[in-house]
Amino acid sequence: MKFEYTISNLNFSTAGEASSNIKKVLKLLGIDSKIIRRAAIATYEAEINIAIHSHGGKIILYIEEDSIKITAIDKGPGIENIELAMKEGYSTATHEIREMGFGAGMGLPNIKKCSNEFSITSEFGKYTKLEITIFI
Amino acid sequence: MNLNQIIKEINCNIITGEIQNINNFTRACSSDLMSDVLAFIKDDHTLLITGLCNQQVIRTAEMIDLKLIIFVRGKKPTEDIIEMADENDIILLSTNISMFDATGILYQKGMRGIRV
Ligand SMILES: Nc1ncnc2c1ncn2[C@@H]1O[C@H](COP(=O)(O)OP(=O)(O)OP(=O)(O)O)[C@@H](O)[C@H]1O
Ligand SMILES: [Mg+2]
Repeated sequence: MKFEYTISNLNFSTAGEASSNIKKVLKLLGIDSKIIRRAAIATYEAEINIAIHSHGGKIILYIEEDSIKITAIDKGPGIENIELAMKEGYSTATHEIREMGFGAGMGLPNIKKCSNEFSITSEFGKYTKLEITIFI
Repeated sequence: MNLNQIIKEINCNIITGEIQNINNFTRACSSDLMSDVLAFIKDDHTLLITGLCNQQVIRTAEMIDLKLIIFVRGKKPTEDIIEMADENDIILLSTNISMFDATGILYQKGMRGIRV
């Protein structure tokens, strides 16, 4: 099964709708609640990152027999130093973003923690792509 | 602590949600940064104390199945935020006191923080 969601970078108040929908889908499929929780956190952090740090993008959910795969891909600006971005506490969030409740620098490390397999690729100036796999 | 006790101790207004005496909250997390909340709260008997009052607070609670949010410093969510909370069976309370005071009073009554 495949589900695709467009994530806007222009409307912060609607960010999270894709994750909310994904959580409902996983629940309907009767997937274990601990697995759903990890998938929900990872998807939501990825969605918020697209909404606040990128020019917009997509989240694609694949549900397979033994795993959930979530791909988050955006249209840039990309990440210059991925190693730094993956560090707990590292954030380039502006004061405005912090006022909205984000910018702790915990999103990416927490996505990795929630995943069984995780990869992040980026071309500076072009895109950032996260591939998250959670075994069912 | 149960819900009625919490409401009484820090003098809360009920914004939305069904108040039942059976709810048992053992831990609380006081934060305005949602990624910290998502990273550190481990179980759904935890309540969230926050000065942040937007859609993402509700989304965050939805993702980790939190059932109770207390807004401090008299923050009042807008109708659409209340609706989102209702859709997810999340109870919203509001108190006029500060985050520090709300946290301290509940601690004194036996509530504990999240394990980090
Ligand atoms: N999709 C993205 N596009 C461009 N830069 C990104 C993207 N995602 C993350 N980053 C960069 O990596 C940094 C770290 O991301 P991370 O999600 O860990 O923290 P944050 O979003 O700043 O804060 P938090 O997630 O705790 O609210 C960000 O501050 C930003 O500079
Ligand atoms: Mg983030």
